[in-house]
Amino acid sequence: MKVEEKLALNKFEIDKEVHITVDESKCRECNMTVCVYTCPADCYVLRDQHITFSYEGCLECGSCRIACDKGAIKWVNPRGGFGISYQFG
Amino acid sequence: MDKFDAIVVGAGPAGCATAYTMAREGLQVLVLERGKYPGAKNMWGGAFFGPVMEEIFPDFWKEAPVERSVSRHTISMLTEHESLSFDFRSDRADKNHGFIILRAKFDQWLAKKAEQAGAIIATSLEADDFLYEGGAVAGVKVGSESFPASVVILADGANSLLAAKAGLRKEFGLHDVKQGVKEVIQLPREVIEDRFGLQDDEGAALEFIGSCTRGLPGGGFLYTNHDSLSVGVVVQLAAVGEQKVKASDLLEDFKNHPLIQRYISKGKTVEYSAHLIPVTGVKILPTFAKDGILITGDAAGLVLGTGLILEGANFAMASGVAAAQTVIKAKKAGDFTTKALDHYEGLLKSRFVLKELNAFKRAPEFLENERIYNTYPELLCSAAMKMFENDGTVREGSFKTLMGSMKGKISIWQLMKDAWMAKESL
Ligand SMILES: Cc1cc2nc3c(=O)[nH]c(=O)nc-3n(C[C@H](O)[C@H](O)[C@H](O)COP(=O)(O)OP(=O)(O)OC[C@H]3O[C@@H](n4cnc5c(N)ncnc54)[C@H](O)[C@@H]3O)c2cc1C
Repeated sequence: MKVEEKLALNKFEIDKEVHITVDESKCRECNMTVCVYTCPADCYVLRDQHITFSYEGCLECGSCRIACDKGAIKWVNPRGGFGISYQFG
Repeated sequence: MDKFDAIVVGAGPAGCATAYTMAREGLQVLVLERGKYPGAKNMWGGAFFGPVMEEIFPDFWKEAPVERSVSRHTISMLTEHESLSFDFRSDRADKNHGFIILRAKFDQWLAKKAEQAGAIIATSLEADDFLYEGGAVAGVKVGSESFPASVVILADGANSLLAAKAGLRKEFGLHDVKQGVKEVIQLPREVIEDRFGLQDDEGAALEFIGSCTRGLPGGGFLYTNHDSLSVGVVVQLAAVGEQKVKASDLLEDFKNHPLIQRYISKGKTVEYSAHLIPVTGVKILPTFAKDGILITGDAAGLVLGTGLILEGANFAMASGVAAAQTVIKAKKAGDFTTKALDHYEGLLKSRFVLKELNAFKRAPEFLENERIYNTYPELLCSAAMKMFENDGTVREGSFKTLMGSMKGKISIWQLMKDAWMAKESL
C-alpha cells in the first residue's frame, strides 16, 4: 500500500495558511535528502535533483524540523483545529 | 480577561492529569488543546502500564474506553523468513499488565474527567507564545489573544515548540528521538480473538525486533484493539536519515512478513499515523521549572524505553500529578518563583519517574548497538532452524549447533561484551 493511499484514509482539514515553509535556495546547496527519508508522509520528494515540498499530507510529527540542519525548514503548528484529526490514534 | 491560576498547554495524558488534579483542589484551570478535540493529534502503540491511572481514577476501567486488557505479551526476533518468540500468557494477568487503548477516544475521556472536576478545556486553540511579567512567565498567547495565569504547565508533547522557546531545554536532536508509524487495521472481533488465542476482553501486546527495521535500532509492534489491530514500527530517527530508509517502507516490510501477514490478513486499513518519541531519557532532561512555568510528560523527555519496555503515558501522568501538587502548594504560599516550583523536581525524584529513568540510564546507549537488531535475530533464528530441522545429516548437540551458527557472525568477545552491557543497562 502506498503512502498516498494511506493518507487518503485520514481526516484532514487543510489550512489555507501554510504551516511549513521550505527555503529551496538552501535545499539546492544540500545533497543530504534527510528530509525525504525522515518524513513519514512523503511531503518531501526528490524530483530532478530538486526537493519539492507539499504540506497537505503532513502528520505534524516534527521529524523534518529536527532532521534539517541547514535551517531550510520553518515549522509552526497548523492553526488550532486544522491539519490532521486522528479518528483512532 | 480573567486571570487563571494555571494554564495547561496540551490535553494529552500529562495535561489532563495536571488539570484534573489542580481543578479538584478548586484551582481555576484552563487547558488549551490545538486539536479539534483532545486526542486528535495523538497516536501511540499502545498499552497503558502501571498503577498510575488507578491512583488518579480508581476503577477507571469500568467506564474508560479501554479496548482490551493485556493477558498475552510476546517478544519475537524476526529474520526475513523466520521468527523466534517468547510468549508470555497468564489467565490471572491483572490491570498491572496493561490495558490497550486508542488515543482519539481515550484522551477525550481523560479531558472530560478534568472538565468534570472544574477545568475549562478549550480545543482548536494553539498556544504559540508566552506572556511575561518582569521576566517571569505570566500566561500564554494564542495569536493576538492573551491568556494570563499565575503559572503555565507545558504538556505539549514530544514535538513541543514551546519548551525551547521558554528556555527549558534545547531542541531534540536526531539521536534523541525515535519515529513511530502505524496503521489501524480493522478485523471482526471474533477473528482477532481466534488468531491471537484470546477470550472476551483479553488482549495481546506483541513486540518484534530484527528484520522489521532492516537491522536499524527500533522494532515493530502489534496490539489487539477491540475490533482492530494497531500495527506499527518504531525506528531511531538518526538511523533513518543516515541509512536512507523510510519508516513507511519498514512498515510495509513488517506487514508483509510471513508471521505478521497471517495476523493481519483480510484486514482493512482505516488510518495511518506518525509521531515522535523522546528516547534518550535522563541524558536530555530539561530544566523542570522556571519562574511561572513547569514542564511535564514527553515535552520534558520523560519516556522509558528499554527495548522491552516503552512507557510514556504513565510517566506523563505521574509528572502531571507532581506538577499539579507543586502548583497547589505554590498557590497556598502565593509564590510561583523558580524557588517554589523547584519542589516539582524533588517530587519526580522521589517517585518512579526519575528513579526508573535513572535506573535505566544506560539503556538508550545499549539500544544503539545494531547487533541487537541484526546479528542476534539472525543467529538465534538460524540456530533454531537447525535444531528443529532433520534433513538426514547427523546432528550435533544444541550447544554445538549454537556455536556453529555464531561462526563468522560474532566473536565470543563481542558476545560477552554485549551480554555485560545488557546486564548493566537493562
Ligand atoms: C509509536 C508510539 C508508541 C508508543 N507506545 C506507548 C505505549 O505502548 N505505552 C506508553 O505508555 N507510551 C507509549 N508511547 C509514548 C506515549 O504516547 C507518550 O509518552 C505520551 O503520549 C505522552 O503524553 P503527553 O501528554 O506528555 O504528550 P502527548 O500525548 O503528545 O500530548 C500533547 C498534547 O499537546 C497538544 N499540543 C501540542 N502543542 C500544543 C500547543 N502549542 N497548544 C495547544 N496544544 C498543544 C497536542 O495536540 C497533544 O494533544 C508511544 C509513543 C509512540 C509515538
